[in-house]
Amino acid sequence: MDFFHAHILTIVTFFPLAGMIVLLFFGSENKNLIRLWANAVGIAGFAISIPLWLRFDFDKADQFQFVEHYKWIQALGADYHVGIDGISLLLILLTTLLGPLAILSSWSAIEIRTKEYYAFLLMLQTGMLGVFISLDFFMFYVFWEVMLVPMYFLIGVWGGARKLYAAIKFFLYTLVGSVLLLLGILALYFIYPSIAAVHPEVSAQFGTVPTFNILAFHAISPYLLQNFQEWIFLAFFIGFAIKVPMFPFHTWLPDAHVEAPTAGSVILAGVLLKMGTYGFLRFSLPIVPEGVKHYVPMVAALSIIAIVYGALVAMMQPDMKKLVAYSSVSHMGFVMLGMFALNPNGLNGSIIQQINHGISTGALFLIVGMIYERRHTREIAQFGGLSSVMPQFATVFLIMTMSSIGLPLLNGFIGEFTIMQGAFQRNIWWAVFGGSGIVLGAAYMLWLYQRTMFGKLENPANEKLQDMNLREWATMIPLIIVAFWIGLYPAPFFRALDKPVIKLVQKLDPSYLQGAPRLEAKSGERR
Amino acid sequence: MGQFFKLADLGAIAPELELILWGMGILIADLIIKDKKKLGIVAIVGLFVSGIFLFRLNGVEATAYGGLLVIDQFANFFKLIFLVAATLAIAISMKYLDIERENHGEYYALILFATMGMMFMAGAVDLVTMYISLETMAIATYVLVGFLRSSQRSNEASLKYFLLGAFSSGILLYGMSLLYGISGSTRFIDIAEALSRRPLNDPISLMAMITLSAGMFFKIAAVPFHQWTPDAYEGAPTSITAYMSVAVKAASFAMMVRVFMVAIYPMRPHWVAIMAAVSVMTMTVGNIAAITQSNIKRLLAYSSISHAGYVLIGLIAGNQTGLIAVAIYLLIYTFTNLGAWAVVVALKRRDVIGEHIDEMSGLFFKNPVAAILMLIFLLSLAGIPPTAGFIGKFYLFASAIETGHNTLAVIAVLNAAISIYFYLRIVVAMFMREPNEKTELTYSPALLTVLAVAFIVTMFIGIYPDPFISMARLAIPAGF
Repeated sequence: MDFFHAHILTIVTFFPLAGMIVLLFFGSENKNLIRLWANAVGIAGFAISIPLWLRFDFDKADQFQFVEHYKWIQALGADYHVGIDGISLLLILLTTLLGPLAILSSWSAIEIRTKEYYAFLLMLQTGMLGVFISLDFFMFYVFWEVMLVPMYFLIGVWGGARKLYAAIKFFLYTLVGSVLLLLGILALYFIYPSIAAVHPEVSAQFGTVPTFNILAFHAISPYLLQNFQEWIFLAFFIGFAIKVPMFPFHTWLPDAHVEAPTAGSVILAGVLLKMGTYGFLRFSLPIVPEGVKHYVPMVAALSIIAIVYGALVAMMQPDMKKLVAYSSVSHMGFVMLGMFALNPNGLNGSIIQQINHGISTGALFLIVGMIYERRHTREIAQFGGLSSVMPQFATVFLIMTMSSIGLPLLNGFIGEFTIMQGAFQRNIWWAVFGGSGIVLGAAYMLWLYQRTMFGKLENPANEKLQDMNLREWATMIPLIIVAFWIGLYPAPFFRALDKPVIKLVQKLDPSYLQGAPRLEAKSGERR
Repeated sequence: MGQFFKLADLGAIAPELELILWGMGILIADLIIKDKKKLGIVAIVGLFVSGIFLFRLNGVEATAYGGLLVIDQFANFFKLIFLVAATLAIAISMKYLDIERENHGEYYALILFATMGMMFMAGAVDLVTMYISLETMAIATYVLVGFLRSSQRSNEASLKYFLLGAFSSGILLYGMSLLYGISGSTRFIDIAEALSRRPLNDPISLMAMITLSAGMFFKIAAVPFHQWTPDAYEGAPTSITAYMSVAVKAASFAMMVRVFMVAIYPMRPHWVAIMAAVSVMTMTVGNIAAITQSNIKRLLAYSSISHAGYVLIGLIAGNQTGLIAVAIYLLIYTFTNLGAWAVVVALKRRDVIGEHIDEMSGLFFKNPVAAILMLIFLLSLAGIPPTAGFIGKFYLFASAIETGHNTLAVIAVLNAAISIYFYLRIVVAMFMREPNEKTELTYSPALLTVLAVAFIVTMFIGIYPDPFISMARLAIPAGF
């Protein structure tokens, strides 16, 4: 047990990979055994991540916990260095939750090349978890890129009609972003010794040789020149913005989503996009705060465009999956807007909304996947009046629609409301445009729901549709529970976030915290 | 200068000397031994013996033949690359030559002679040694490219390669004669000293530098001197293509490092500018041309052009990181690229060309192991972690950033991103298309060994590069 607790992050991260390696020895004709094994690995992966939540010290949520630090490539100064704070804790749990659900949802959908499919899903899981636990920039980058390969295969082999196009587009876009990110990392790497040499408090802690230690980069941020910070911000920005994806780098997303198999879409929307926003939170904001502040107007403008444009395009989609994909663009715009309000409310809301988006969009992709499995089409016009043949399905769909548009009592409301608070404090116009996004979001989601679920059942092909089965319920129930949990009692989540967020704001705008004790009281109230 | 030839000098060139004798031995044995595959094994043994001699020189720092040649860690590092490349190339040749019905003893002897030439190149610190060893390598390679006597493509490739090679050697000689005229010496250090005493914009120095660079750029197939490469690579026996793409390139780079970082170092501001332009063109043209290829040999030929463009970055950076990057990149490239070529060789069957991307279709279903290995080699060529290629690219980009060549670094990384497009075309064929009757592999134990070695090294360097980096660091002392 001691060993487990001492290496919990490593175990949680590499457990799916170990499961994948065992899977490779299974005979590929034994499909049910493969499915059972993959599901078992997924569920066990979630189970072993629960102690992270139980043992996490929320009073020190801004400190990195469960740290493991070993030498790796000494010639470069790259280490195996992992640890999590409140922000990464939530994202890791989101990942370990969505992973098994994605695996479970594929049970009947994937009939060809089953073994490879689950192998890639499990490999992807390790890649994503690795991104969230890394405290070494080199290691972070390795995981960040490794993850592209399994996702490429998931889209390219098990995808829809234009899968090859979508897969290569996904790979190329993300790769272009990440190589520029790499240059930013290198620039920091080489500037570190010159700063450490003159600032003893830095060198005492992190040494004087070039390092990839993220904490060391956090420590040197006050000494980075404005101009340098702006360049680094841009290099990081392209890498992370493509992943988020922010307008105008979003064009890979609808293709990837539409062509990917259901589980791929769930993981893509639920976790992969969060890697971009996580990158901003973990790297851009604390390492180059001056660069961030310089580019706030640009990022805010792009976010607002994404919110409104994503929503408008979503409204016009004839394909359900594409509609949900564009809604992702709009929602991620929200997340970015809240983050770049750079105040506690905005940041808190932004992170909570990342979790919410993972839950509700993940669920919506599962829902679309269920329909697709039954009818092999996602065209909205093919449906209508489904609530009469699939009442349980209609209920679940309704809950997730409400969660997505931010109805009170459900998770979306908490996130959007907090972001709006933050945006309002920063600039009233942000809140105005952001608010219009909420209205539009309600419009396209409700319209989608109305067109598919209500009305008369006119298409004879829909008359004999089966309602949700036990397995499908099993994929939805955890998401419904979390959606209500965040909606009704978000305090534990904010508890994990408050401290890391305050730490970020201190870096970005110390005067903000001194001048506004009112805010502190307010966030206390919410608890 | 003292005594020109000392008996001890023979010890210094023992690895090369052994290869010459062994190669001649193979030529004689060719008359007796009927099963030519055995000669391949004999040649591999010869390379191992040479490796043992090389190992004994590990850590030795010496000059031989009155300063014509040096023995140092840099030379030893590159000599090791040549020996490894030659061994792996012979291992993939044996079956291949049988299929082509061209299995002759002189093939193996020629590879040994070419390798010997390369090993001298790595140690040459004098224009004469450099030129003679370069030609030793080149002439052996010309013959090897045309080794498929009955194949028109092979003959054409050989002739093209020979004509352009001879032409570029002429240009190179022109530059060398100017340098000799300036300095009155053929030693690199004397040349450097003479150049440093002349003004930076001295027209004769410039002329010498430009012609010398042009000759060198031809040898590494840098744009705009790359035109011969796709034809030569396509026409040559695939095993020789594999050998050329790694060993000839590595040898030329070893020579370039000595020439540019020692002999014409005083001209550095000028040659850095030229080299940066050439590097950008080489990467970009190589990658963009590779996108449109449907013949795997041509595709990999263009890809190897672009790789030369990346490696030039290390020379442009010119500091310790940059030169380590050159060394480590070439080492990694040797294993990864030979691995990829080994898969292409395995596609070759009697009377089938086996070079079109279609012939890789559905390889995964017929032979999952080969397909997965190829995937890893391609990812390594593209520089995706956790493969060795990433470490190599990482070092190159790092050296560019460290020395402030930011624009060059941006162009290079964007090129690395473009390159994934054509590498993935092969992946698409292997994993996402249905197999057809053309997808068959022919294996031999030697080929499997090559694949295994290339795979293990590629993954090992990718995950734990420390030992290899320290090796390269020893080869490149600070202030090279």
